[in-house]
Amino acid sequence: MNDAVVAPTIEYGTLAPMLLVFGAAVVGVLVEAFAPRYMRKSIHVPLTLLSLAGAFALVIVQVVKGAVPTAPVAMGAVAVDGPSLFIWGVILVLSFVCVLMINDEGHFVASAAAVPGSADEEEAEAAGGSHTEVYPLVLFAVGGMLLFPASHDLLTMFVGLEVMSLPLYLLCGLARRRRLLSQEASMKYFLLGAFSSAFFLYGTAMIYGFAGTVSFTGINKALSTGSLLDPILLLGLSLLGVGLLFKIGAAPFQAWKPDVYQGAPTPITALMASGTLVAAVGALLRVFWVALGNLDWDWRPVMWAVAALTMVVGAILAITQTDIKRMLAYSSIAHAGFLLIGVMATFDKSAQNAKSLSAIMFYLLVYSITTVGAFAVVTMVRDPGGEAGHLSRWAGLGKRSPILAGIFAFFLLAFAGIPLTSGFFGKYAVFAAALASGSEAGDSLGGWMTGLVVLGVVASAIAAFFYVRVIVLMFFSDPAADGPSIAVPSMGTVAVIAISLLITVGVGLFPQPMLDLANQAASGLFIR
Amino acid sequence: MESPAEIVQHTAGGMIGASWLMIAFPLLGAAILLILGRMTNRWGHLLGVAMSLASFVVAVLTFLEIIGLPAEQRRQAVHLYEFIPGMVDMGLLIDPLSISFALLITGVGSLIHIYSIGYMSHDPERRRFFSYLNLFVAAMLLLVLADNYVGLFIGWEGVGLASYLLIGFWQFKPSAAVAAKKAFIVNRVGDFGLLVGMFIILATFHTLTFSELGKQIAEHPPSGGAVTAIGLLLLLGACGKSAQLPLQSWLLDAMEGPTPVSALIHAATMVTAGVYLVVRSGAFFFPPDSTQAIAVSVVGAATLLAGAIIGCAKDDIKKGLAGSTMSQIGYMMLGAGLGPAGYAFAIGHLITHGFFKADLFLGAGSVMHGMNDEVNMRKYGGLRKHMPITFATFFIGYLAIIGFPLLSGYFTKDGIIETAVHHQPILGWLAVLGAGITGFYMSRMVFMTFFGEKRWEKDAHPHESPAVMTWPLMILSIGALFLGGYLILSNRLYFFLSPAVGTAEATPEFDFASTAGLVTLALVAVGAGFAWVRYGRAEVPAVAPRGSFLTTFARRDLYGDALNESLFMRPGQWLTRFAVYFDNRGIDGLVNGLAAGIGGTSGRLRRIQTGFARSYALSILFGAALLAGALLLVGNI
Repeated sequence: MNDAVVAPTIEYGTLAPMLLVFGAAVVGVLVEAFAPRYMRKSIHVPLTLLSLAGAFALVIVQVVKGAVPTAPVAMGAVAVDGPSLFIWGVILVLSFVCVLMINDEGHFVASAAAVPGSADEEEAEAAGGSHTEVYPLVLFAVGGMLLFPASHDLLTMFVGLEVMSLPLYLLCGLARRRRLLSQEASMKYFLLGAFSSAFFLYGTAMIYGFAGTVSFTGINKALSTGSLLDPILLLGLSLLGVGLLFKIGAAPFQAWKPDVYQGAPTPITALMASGTLVAAVGALLRVFWVALGNLDWDWRPVMWAVAALTMVVGAILAITQTDIKRMLAYSSIAHAGFLLIGVMATFDKSAQNAKSLSAIMFYLLVYSITTVGAFAVVTMVRDPGGEAGHLSRWAGLGKRSPILAGIFAFFLLAFAGIPLTSGFFGKYAVFAAALASGSEAGDSLGGWMTGLVVLGVVASAIAAFFYVRVIVLMFFSDPAADGPSIAVPSMGTVAVIAISLLITVGVGLFPQPMLDLANQAASGLFIR
Repeated sequence: MESPAEIVQHTAGGMIGASWLMIAFPLLGAAILLILGRMTNRWGHLLGVAMSLASFVVAVLTFLEIIGLPAEQRRQAVHLYEFIPGMVDMGLLIDPLSISFALLITGVGSLIHIYSIGYMSHDPERRRFFSYLNLFVAAMLLLVLADNYVGLFIGWEGVGLASYLLIGFWQFKPSAAVAAKKAFIVNRVGDFGLLVGMFIILATFHTLTFSELGKQIAEHPPSGGAVTAIGLLLLLGACGKSAQLPLQSWLLDAMEGPTPVSALIHAATMVTAGVYLVVRSGAFFFPPDSTQAIAVSVVGAATLLAGAIIGCAKDDIKKGLAGSTMSQIGYMMLGAGLGPAGYAFAIGHLITHGFFKADLFLGAGSVMHGMNDEVNMRKYGGLRKHMPITFATFFIGYLAIIGFPLLSGYFTKDGIIETAVHHQPILGWLAVLGAGITGFYMSRMVFMTFFGEKRWEKDAHPHESPAVMTWPLMILSIGALFLGGYLILSNRLYFFLSPAVGTAEATPEFDFASTAGLVTLALVAVGAGFAWVRYGRAEVPAVAPRGSFLTTFARRDLYGDALNESLFMRPGQWLTRFAVYFDNRGIDGLVNGLAAGIGGTSGRLRRIQTGFARSYALSILFGAALLAGALLLVGNI
């Protein structure tokens, strides 16, 4: 070790998308500090949207220039490779869309510190407005989402994880309606998130103990020389896995998801269900592939069990849900299971890798955009007390508002993976990749992969049941007499629904361009 | 004998590269009209016509480009995009066969679009009508242009849907709604055959793309049960769509739709899709003289007789024409079953039939338009003076369909008959007989409608239709006059199609003085004369006489419906009742049990979700312990 402190070299150009988002977040904090209250929102909205759009443009520029670095940048801390750029692009689009939804009045509380139901609350309510801190918080979270899947050592990844999570814990507690539920969700998410972060950190420490480094390249190297059966390594691996699987909501670490999704303000739920999931799957892939690629025989059976359990738990528990957001939360758990099938498929050392990687990225893209659209529809169906969460309130919606119900039905069909929706191609790609990697590996492993895919198909069938049940409820039941009203949508919400619908339909009819994009992004694989 | 030319992948742009526009235009039109809805009421019909015409222009330009290529390069596959990754790429096959269909569909289709402006002018839902017509054109073009069976099938279902929507266009009439359902359900039987056929193709050849199939079959000529099965299943599909025995019953009822629909979909284009399917698959699955090819011809011959007999007894002018459509498609199927020797005549007859039958249907529509939508020919009579243009064009169509020498139908139908007499004498002579009957029932129709005494209802004021309706009639009748001769003489169509469908052992010669041809002419003359005696010279009673058992037989559509009812419907109903019983007792028990089981599991599992953060944390801890334990265990095995 050299004692002198060397100034790190940072490739600002390559990291520009992430830096822009963080920079805008910092500016946002300054706005909160110095701009007068009435002006804040009108500064925040363009700042946030422009920075996200700008970051997206910077990603595009890097892709078009084709100047994707072949080695980790920022002193080996961040890997900006094809998959990173693809995931960045997806996250930026998703967060842009979510911010459009966040702009809508009425999602966020006027004063989060006021006790629910107190005079303070009424006063703040009467004064109007809502917390504009939401915008910088979202930007920080998005910045964390960008760093999380692109980090190239465990510590940077931990920082990314926390930068992503901390603002989200806060944001979850800011719902304007049903505030106690929201605060409860926030608290639970924080406690459990902190708990799982501790697992991640402990795992990091153990792996450091084994490899003597936290860099993925270093871990990979240590694995190729050291003993693969070292208990420290295996313990570290499992603890690290817990931290990551918690974030994507895989069973048995899924318990937080329904409570948090239900309590959080719906635009934030949309951001978590899409952006966080994409980032976490990206990070999971990177850790297990880049750092632990030489170890796949050890964690494969465990991952198999986790994937199977996740799909089954998600699909079965969704059936008895009566709240639309909780149902979508369980559906998201089931989809996390489908994604894990894809993750399983990427880890055999064969030519299948790029194909499987592209399948999973494609799935992430189509699933998350449909999710955002579905939550946007949820924000529009309202009772006097806020969003009409209970499923019975959705009865007969198809008769009162056929277009909205039709769009929602379409999203549900996409979740179910019905052909001519993007969801079909997503599922098809992932299942096909899993089967192909299984048959390439041959013998017993092939059988196991086939079994997992069969289980996935069965889980999809169970899931289709509760999706279709909502459609039946909307179109074939009589509307309730005092049924929910449909909010007149703002431009933002219309844009969100339109974009999601367009992508869901467009990719369902013409999957090729998106598949090409995912293939191209995956062709270089992760850099090691 | 030569096989079809190899399909080349199209790389250069040009019109062929842009040929997808042909489908895109009408599809866009349908989408705009359906999505914007009432906003487009004022100009919707014009957009519909413009889209159809645009598609026609693209078809013509593509055709010209094809003509400019050397014969062996006239089969161009245009790749569009990967449809089902690793299995089906969506692409178009532009070759002489598909472009002939495209020209017919867009050409006749455009004329019928124009005609419909006038015909539907009083209908408040005219815009919706045009959106369906556009949808039909797009689907039909996809059917004939797709370079694989999946695309073909999508188009096939698309035209089925458009047909359903248009037959039931006046859904306030219960008869129209029922007819639409009937068409849809009967077609389901055929579609099922096509679908199963496709599955067997996929299982046997591992591809559904025409070019791949062509290559594989050129290398290993197919044989055995699988190919026979595929052929017969495709024939079942063709029978459904083309109203061939035994799936013919829907076509007569389909006349409930507006007349332009009957002309476009149920005469000129959609019902010929079965012929297209057989000819397109001919080189793969219908080798000449194979079981399945002979089955095609037999079905065709049987239907051509059945249709003609039904046509004799109908007083409803449209149903009479529908019977005749069945019959004429029977001729095409007969030709299509004869292999490359018959293809040119079958397709030629298909094209000329497209013209003269559309002409006849639109003429019938024009008559109905002037007669308060009366369809009963017993209430027409003497209309030729009141509707001179309609009469003249209808008469040309009539002469063409009975095969009057030198008109279109003469060349193409005689071609089929002669080839059939040569290859399958029995079927050929049945076709000669059918031609005689055609002479009778078509003459009957003309005499009852345009000649004789007035037998109108009191409030009828027959008048000639507006120019927007008569012009399409005139253009179609020009096709009915000359097109057949142009296509058949010096084998123009035969040589044009040969890269796509292959050639016969001997190049067919059209013989003006063949025995079969002369006998046909004589029989047609006898039929027409008999009709003159019965319906031209004699009084036509206003109420149909009871007639002999033969007449009743024909009036009841040869008991096709009764047959369907006793053979399929009643046993079907019993089967349904049994299935419902079994379903309730057996399967429902199982399914409900399963659902209840899953639901119960769900309900029980749900209790784990206590809402307490502490128990969640505990579950995470247990999960982590399990994970770590399992990893250590697995690692140490």
